[in-house]
Amino acid sequence: MDTTVKKDSPFIEITGELCKGCKLCIDVCPKGVIAISDQLNSSSYHPAYYVGADCTGCTLCFYACPEPAAIKVFKP
Amino acid sequence: MKTTTKATAFYNVFERKGGPHKETTHYCPGCGHGNVHKMIAEAMDDLGINDKTVFVSPVGCSVFGYYYFDCGNFQAAHGRAPAVATGIKRANPDSVVISYQGDGDLAAIGTAETLHAANRGENITVFFVNNAIYGMTGGQMAPTTLIEQKTATTPRGRVESEHGNPIKMAEIISTLPAATYVERVAIGNSKHIMKARKAIRKALKNQVENRGYSFVEILSVCPTGWKMDSPDARDWLTDQMIEAFPLGVYKDESSEREDGWYRDVKPFVPAELNKYFGVNAEADVAPVDLKKDLFCKFAGFGGQGILTMGLFLAQIGMRADHNVSWIPAYGPEMRGGTANCSVNVSNKRIGTPLVERPNVMVAMNLPSLEMFEKDVVDGGVILVDSGIVDKTPDTDRLDVVMIPATEIADEVGTPKVANVVMLGAMIAATDAYSLDFVSETLKVVVKKKNLIDMNLAALQRGYDFVKNGS
Ligand SMILES: Cc1ncc(C[n+]2csc(CCOP(=O)(O)OP(=O)(O)O)c2C)c(N)n1
Ligand code: SF4
Ligand code: SF4
Ligand code: SF4
Repeated sequence: MDTTVKKDSPFIEITGELCKGCKLCIDVCPKGVIAISDQLNSSSYHPAYYVGADCTGCTLCFYACPEPAAIKVFKP
Repeated sequence: MKTTTKATAFYNVFERKGGPHKETTHYCPGCGHGNVHKMIAEAMDDLGINDKTVFVSPVGCSVFGYYYFDCGNFQAAHGRAPAVATGIKRANPDSVVISYQGDGDLAAIGTAETLHAANRGENITVFFVNNAIYGMTGGQMAPTTLIEQKTATTPRGRVESEHGNPIKMAEIISTLPAATYVERVAIGNSKHIMKARKAIRKALKNQVENRGYSFVEILSVCPTGWKMDSPDARDWLTDQMIEAFPLGVYKDESSEREDGWYRDVKPFVPAELNKYFGVNAEADVAPVDLKKDLFCKFAGFGGQGILTMGLFLAQIGMRADHNVSWIPAYGPEMRGGTANCSVNVSNKRIGTPLVERPNVMVAMNLPSLEMFEKDVVDGGVILVDSGIVDKTPDTDRLDVVMIPATEIADEVGTPKVANVVMLGAMIAATDAYSLDFVSETLKVVVKKKNLIDMNLAALQRGYDFVKNGS
């Protein structure tokens, strides 16, 4: 999978420190471009991260995520 | 570039939350409250109402709504959010008031408030987060718990014959004529969420446009209470909960109420209030000085006119443009039991209407004296009907007036004006107001005009007793 983020196509940003690892974003992403990290964040959760490319900017992950600031979706 | 990110209706940093993690919520991973908060915040942003919204948080896991929403906030006692919201909205009709509640809060302890606010068609927005369980207290059965659902208090599952059926609040509220808009949505999957966003926005927009009471029930999840991981909880919601609580619009009269709140509410105007309270606002009342604040406890038997006496004093203070409060306390019986009232008359604004440490006390019977004497502050004035009470209060500590008020009243014409004799004595003993001013006020506030003369005579006799000893 191409993991380079092209800034002229949609992408998301997940702030790992603000994630609780609930996996709801992963569940709803139609493109399967979010995964769970092996690392722990400072609250002891395995945070989600954007694996790169193919995001359509559909925002479904943003609304599925219960946290106000964990996910940002950018759509050029 | 279009960015979808945290709404500005949220605080940037959740300072009130404290602790090290001030940008995340206090909710468990995967909890539905976070999703609902986000949808509300987004709608607030879209409608441009952040500066006039008041968010009323319930008791339940969402008790800390004020950590997150950058607007007016209030946290109500368990179940009382719609009553509190009613007060806020009526006092501030231009505000947008949100009553945010869980199912334990809204459909158990707060059922009465819920139904009556809806039945009055308050122009508020209720967001009902139904997660079929008491989350905060550790997963007990809620009124909305499904049949066969296991909870801490239904370990073998909810049974109809033992626990009743899940209560369908959206259906019930939709039967009330005053409700404008009632919809049930969910957050089990993305489709649900997109519909829920619309319903939430509409419910707030209705209020902005004065269309009346809107109620959105949001089927939510409590992964912790349900003992499920987050995706499974969403699936259980989708597969099980929706069957018991069908989604959809149960009532929508939003467009028919476009002329504003269907009920024409006429606010009281000062002239009307003055008339109601017997205040003659036209009379040219010269500014009256109140030398010291009065914190009064008047107590006696029901029927001795104790409560009326307090009311008279409050009306005197009101006519002098002082701040006043009057609050009665009496037993279930209207006559014969004990009764008392607390009256504050103050140059300053009054906080509580209760008087716990009076500086003026009137005792018209022995039980009252025995009950309240100890509460009177040192140096306080205590007036006792010496014809009825054969006990003298502590004269070292208190300024004591023993006056046979009922006997004097009888001489004036009827024992019923004993309270006014006491009032005259109290006015003399405290020098709070001039006798003239009090007489003038009595002329206005005594309802039966043929009794005014007798009241004035009683007042004079009480006053003279203290000033001249007769
Ligand atoms: C007067 C009163 N009674 C009981 C409680 C205990 N109590 C706290 S939260 C709660 C139930 C909350 O359940 P729900 O409204 O469903 O909210 P959730 O926590 O699931 O979001 C109860 C009974 C209380 N705080 N105050
Ligand atoms: S915006 Fe849509 S496609 Fe992009 S990561 Fe989120 S859910 Fe996946
Ligand atoms: S939905 Fe939000 S909190 Fe849950 S894993 Fe994804 S980013 Fe983290
Ligand atoms: S106990 Fe349930 S309702 Fe409360 S925060 Fe946790 S998941 Fe949410």
